[in-house]
Amino acid sequence: MDAKAKASPGDETDGGGVWRFPAATALRLDSGAKLAPLEVAYKTYGRLNETKTNAILVCHALTGDQHAASVNPMTGRPGWWDRVIGPGLPLDPGRYFIIATNVIGGCMGSTGPASINPKTGAPYGLSFPVITIADMVRAQAMLVEALGIETLLAVVGGSMGGMQVLQWAADYPEKLFSAVCVAAAPRHSAQNIAFHEVGRQAIMADPDWRGGAYDAAGVRPEKGLAVARMAAHITYLSETALQRKFGRELQRDGLSWGFDADFQVESYLRHQGTSFVDRFDANSYLYITRALDYFDLAAQRDGVLASAFLKARGVRFCVLSFSSDWLYPTAESRDIVRALNAAGCRASFAEIETDKGHDAFFLDEPQFDRALRGFFAATAQARGL
Amino acid sequence: MATGSKNGREDFAEILRLVRPGARVLDVGCEDGELLELLTREKRIDGQGLEISPAGVSACLARGLAVVQGDGDRDLDHFPARAFDYAILSKTLQQMREPRHVLSELLRIADQAIVSVPNFGHWRMRVSLMTRGRMPETRALPDPWWSTPNIHLCTLADFTDLCRELDLRVDACVALSGGKPARPIRPDGLLENWRSETALFLLSRRDEQRPGATPTDLFGAVAVEEPDAPTSPKAKAPRRRARR
Repeated sequence: MDAKAKASPGDETDGGGVWRFPAATALRLDSGAKLAPLEVAYKTYGRLNETKTNAILVCHALTGDQHAASVNPMTGRPGWWDRVIGPGLPLDPGRYFIIATNVIGGCMGSTGPASINPKTGAPYGLSFPVITIADMVRAQAMLVEALGIETLLAVVGGSMGGMQVLQWAADYPEKLFSAVCVAAAPRHSAQNIAFHEVGRQAIMADPDWRGGAYDAAGVRPEKGLAVARMAAHITYLSETALQRKFGRELQRDGLSWGFDADFQVESYLRHQGTSFVDRFDANSYLYITRALDYFDLAAQRDGVLASAFLKARGVRFCVLSFSSDWLYPTAESRDIVRALNAAGCRASFAEIETDKGHDAFFLDEPQFDRALRGFFAATAQARGL
Repeated sequence: MATGSKNGREDFAEILRLVRPGARVLDVGCEDGELLELLTREKRIDGQGLEISPAGVSACLARGLAVVQGDGDRDLDHFPARAFDYAILSKTLQQMREPRHVLSELLRIADQAIVSVPNFGHWRMRVSLMTRGRMPETRALPDPWWSTPNIHLCTLADFTDLCRELDLRVDACVALSGGKPARPIRPDGLLENWRSETALFLLSRRDEQRPGATPTDLFGAVAVEEPDAPTSPKAKAPRRRARR
């Protein structure tokens, strides 16, 4: 792409693991609690250049993880953003040092409710403290610092990842050169909270949840977690996309005159639910949805969103939304952009036309790719890469 | 701000001449970002675009420009006061739903506005309407009435009236006519309302007192770079000095 790129596509390297912070290094949480010991699971792609100016942090969504661009060992499937990260793609490991972490509270190696509570020697379960998006970001900042990186070329993420991006801009503007917020919102709406509450209630209504102590009992609240996933999954797709994909198509010829999955859409949702429980932890789902519900960037600033970005005037922002996203609709992204403008920040914003709904940022959207590619190319150039 | 309706880029050269190096510039209806890129390259401006079409926004992002997908009619309100040195509105004011509001917003968020408007008082318009009795279709305004994006056309005289009403000062004005060299004009001259096809204005708030203003220097930025430019006998336009 750019002849000036320090690394060539040939020497890209995948790295990472689990960063174990010293026992004395506790993560202070918004709730007032402290989390120690702290472990952050992460993956890296590409190499950090000598001037340490090419590092990009990728933030994942609710059920994502650190395996952004490499095969996920749990599922054997490609990384969740392998359409964006890779040779020749907008985030090229031949050019950038890309870091993806698993959020705290998660279940893919970072400290979460399934980790061992040092006080009891048993998994935390519900004794795990409630966390926030800002807590997740604080842990990421600790990792970035531990990796010896002072300034990130970019922090980028979609959905909950986009909220982390906004939190980064609010809390660590001096550590950012640019910020890319995709399909996100500056706060969780009543509807967002409502859907999450359905999911949490489904999990907690499962007898196998056992008040969160299912591990000790050797069971898992699979049914509840599957229902939670099914409800949430509907919010990730647009009505048009669901209709186009399934319509009223039946699984078999004729109706069953019962409650089997007659319709293809039922079968699809059931599959989404059952495959999800194989890779995700029910308590993590409770904690991370709670963190999302608590997210309201303006609330800590007298309700003025622009106040969150007053120190971020040196950061180059890119905000992207999808026209058919009804989970975090374009209006939410516009609110972000208006706040950025009001704060005097340099911001770009585009609404990508698509009927694929919220999940469009995982999917083949040429306009989205072009926007990302253009923004990152210009950002790298501005950084002198 | 429909794309493709700006016929030609004849005003770009003039805008390029007016803009001070290193300035903060907002281009409202920036389309594919050509002007912003030109200004960035030639004048090292800190540019921001506002564009309604997805294709235009994509093109701007690909050029590495800061661009916000939005609507000049609605989205200017969200910019803070004096966020920019210049707000540019090239041949799109007549496409706005509320040109008066847009114009006053431009001069709230920027210290100066560069606005170009096609002159409906141009003789071609008048002759066309007089002889054919139909809405004129000319090289400056080529679309038929039922498909034109130009919903708020005005004459040069109308526009200067509006500037007066909004208490705006004309710091410079040039007439642009189909590729001919730009011609500095006195915008409220009777003859100019006949012979100017498009007029490009550099405007600022009249209530704004600027340190070091020299009231005799009528053509402001134009005079700085082109000492032999004819001066307007009427417009009292002090030269603008860089505040920063």
